[in-house]
Amino acid sequence: MKDITLGQFFPGDSLIHRFDPRVKLIALLLYMVELFLVKTLFGFVFMAALLALAVLISRIPMKLMFRAVRPLLLLILFTSLLNLFYTKGDTLFRVWKLTATWQGLELGLFMVLRISLLVLSSSLLTYTTSPIMLTDAMERLLSPLKALHVPVGELAMMMTIALRFIPVLVEETDKIMSAQKARGADFESGGILKRAKAMVPILVPLFISAFRRADELAVAMECRCYHTDGERTRLKSMAMARRDHVLIAVMLLLIPAILFGTNRVAFSIIPKTL
Amino acid sequence: MSRLEVSSLTHVYSVGTPFERMAIEDVTFTVEPGEYVGIIGHTGSGKSTLVQHLNGLMKPTSGAVLLDGKNIWERGTDIRALRFRVGLVFQYPEYQLFEDTVYRDISFGPRNMGLEESEIDSRVRWAAELCGVDESLLSRSPFELSGGQKRRVAIAGVLAMQPEILIMDEPTAGLDPRGRDEILSHVQRYHKERGASVLLVSHSMEDVARQVDSVLVMQRGRLALRGSVREVFSKTEELKEMGLSVPQVTAVFARLCAAGLDLPREVFTVEQGVEAIRKLMIERGILA
Amino acid sequence: MKEQDMVEMIDLTFSYPGEKDGAVLKEVNLEIEKGSFVAVLGHNGSGKSTLAKHMNAVLLPVGGKVYVEGIDTADADRLFEVRQRVGMAFQNPDNQIVATIVEEDVAFAPENLNLPREETAHRVETALKAVDMWEYREHSAHQLSGGQKQRVAIAGIIAMMPHCIVLDEPTAMLDPLGRTEVLNTVKKLNEEQGITIVMITHYMKEATMAQRIVVMDRGRIAMDGTPREVFSRVEELKDLGLEVPQATALVHELHKLCPALPDNVIDEQEAADAILHLFKEGAV
Repeated sequence: MKDITLGQFFPGDSLIHRFDPRVKLIALLLYMVELFLVKTLFGFVFMAALLALAVLISRIPMKLMFRAVRPLLLLILFTSLLNLFYTKGDTLFRVWKLTATWQGLELGLFMVLRISLLVLSSSLLTYTTSPIMLTDAMERLLSPLKALHVPVGELAMMMTIALRFIPVLVEETDKIMSAQKARGADFESGGILKRAKAMVPILVPLFISAFRRADELAVAMECRCYHTDGERTRLKSMAMARRDHVLIAVMLLLIPAILFGTNRVAFSIIPKTL
Repeated sequence: MSRLEVSSLTHVYSVGTPFERMAIEDVTFTVEPGEYVGIIGHTGSGKSTLVQHLNGLMKPTSGAVLLDGKNIWERGTDIRALRFRVGLVFQYPEYQLFEDTVYRDISFGPRNMGLEESEIDSRVRWAAELCGVDESLLSRSPFELSGGQKRRVAIAGVLAMQPEILIMDEPTAGLDPRGRDEILSHVQRYHKERGASVLLVSHSMEDVARQVDSVLVMQRGRLALRGSVREVFSKTEELKEMGLSVPQVTAVFARLCAAGLDLPREVFTVEQGVEAIRKLMIERGILA
Repeated sequence: MKEQDMVEMIDLTFSYPGEKDGAVLKEVNLEIEKGSFVAVLGHNGSGKSTLAKHMNAVLLPVGGKVYVEGIDTADADRLFEVRQRVGMAFQNPDNQIVATIVEEDVAFAPENLNLPREETAHRVETALKAVDMWEYREHSAHQLSGGQKQRVAIAGIIAMMPHCIVLDEPTAMLDPLGRTEVLNTVKKLNEEQGITIVMITHYMKEATMAQRIVVMDRGRIAMDGTPREVFSRVEELKDLGLEVPQATALVHELHKLCPALPDNVIDEQEAADAILHLFKEGAV
């Protein structure tokens, strides 16, 4: 549980930290789209190199970046195995009734790279952008929806609070689990039904505590003059600088670069002799 | 043989990562059957990590915990069964209540032990009575009770397992003086009636002085002091250096002794204090 | 209402809707003077928290009136004026910090008040410096100690520039170090910035810092006076479920044996001095 790094922020003053959060958000979206456009190994290497460069500039330790992928390792492994065995093509090797193919190997590899880069790039965003800046950015990007009576401000506030309380609740879950274990609760054995039932002593206290916290927080917010109507200022200003324009331009230019550049580079792991 | 033996216990968090941190280091001590031990130290001194090793919630990085001479992590030991023998009450235990009635919540532990229904029933009633939970509350929902009542129900839930060693992590945190005295008297009764060893983690030097036989002081993950209440609290200076206090009355006596009055330094409770000064008053002819 | 009153309560009565057990507060009359430091003592269920929540309109009287600097707290149009003047800190520091990063949390109230950005930034800086947490402005609140979190919560209130801060058992969940940090901060705010402090607590030791102690019992004010006056009534305090500090109890017991000793010492220094004085006199 403690490995969850989602929503963690590491303050700093690098170029990556200083980009306008709205621009970072758009850049991330573009990067994700581009990951789905990439069709060749060369393309992935190119995209990975770009991300590595960004991480270097941000001065976020590489170790920390990889910690973000760890919780998803199993999922990544599983999907790539599916790809390895269930793709038709030239036989690589056989296990039992399953046939691994060269094409499957390549597709599996692509999948690993794609998911990892997705997770790594979003982690870089949350590592270098404070949660409030991020929600502010979302609120501003979504503000045209206010015309459609979507409560964008309230949604952003909910998001802020959710991010604030993730680590608190993770810690609380740990504590409740230990307390129930101390009373002999068994979370590790039995079938699915038994295990599901074993969760009750954790979930009930967790929900009750979450409601209590919500209650207290609501009063504390009221005491600090929170209201949903009218404007709120922001501590941090958001102003686009030249660097932000450059970032967006680069991210946009990557699309044709991938479609007409890297996708045409014939660079494959499949042996030519096949 | 000691009931509990902790030998060279060390625990390192997140071994092999950049977040590696030594939580406790080379801690050794023993607890005798029926001994009441106070554990004091700052937040972050390793107290909580230490007590979670004693019932096998945490595994030592090195060193061992022995219960009645047997290493609890020896192959073949049922660690879940061990937790019934070493009961642990966490801080703010009322936040672990989950059943729809007080009765069922207290019976959670005994039920996990696999006891007979009649035995469960008698233990639930016994523990409730011991913790001052009125019979009429047993059928109520624990969530309707007051804060102090919830706390007592949660403690009864651990006592119902009748552990030979009872560990309590700040059982009185956040309670008012009356609630605190009640809880401490229930613990005292359990200790006396069952002859159980009790380990009480507390920030209140006054409570520790009034309740326990001996004290264990943790400081930066190490065992700094271990001895009887008298031995530990007479080390006023050492405790002060660690940023810990002594009971207020002990501090008053330290001042009086420093000013040259012929009084004992080992005074920890108001009663002892009154008695010592009364003696001196008679000696000096102030009192007849 | 007197000019110098921060809060005035007149015949304040309150009961929770649907509660059978009767009123939580019964015709309470209380004035809190501007710039003063008042401790409100009482056991759990004595009504002390309910009393506190009336000081900034979190709760509204069922009977009677509450005025904050002359403003009726029941006046819905002036709600934010009341809340800006009287800030409130609670027991659990975790449940009052809204934003993940310290400085962003402290900015929450000024943002709600829609203050200009420069003013907001200035207030955040002043507030964090007042509680000695400026170096931690970019830290995540989750990684702070209990005492530090509580100081951040207090900074979040100071950023509203209130005239009065009500603290509802601010130290109950803290360890001794955290407790000292918070108490020193509160004392400093009172002495250096002249902010009126109302501190709810059940630790008598903490109440000795105040200029005035109000003891609550069963929805009424049971005692009201200086710490010295209140501390001389040891038996009554014990009956009210409160605990008398050891130094006070010691000298109080000795006073019964030997009336030459005072019966109202409030800390260990005074206790030691009184006993020493007695023996010096006695030796002569």
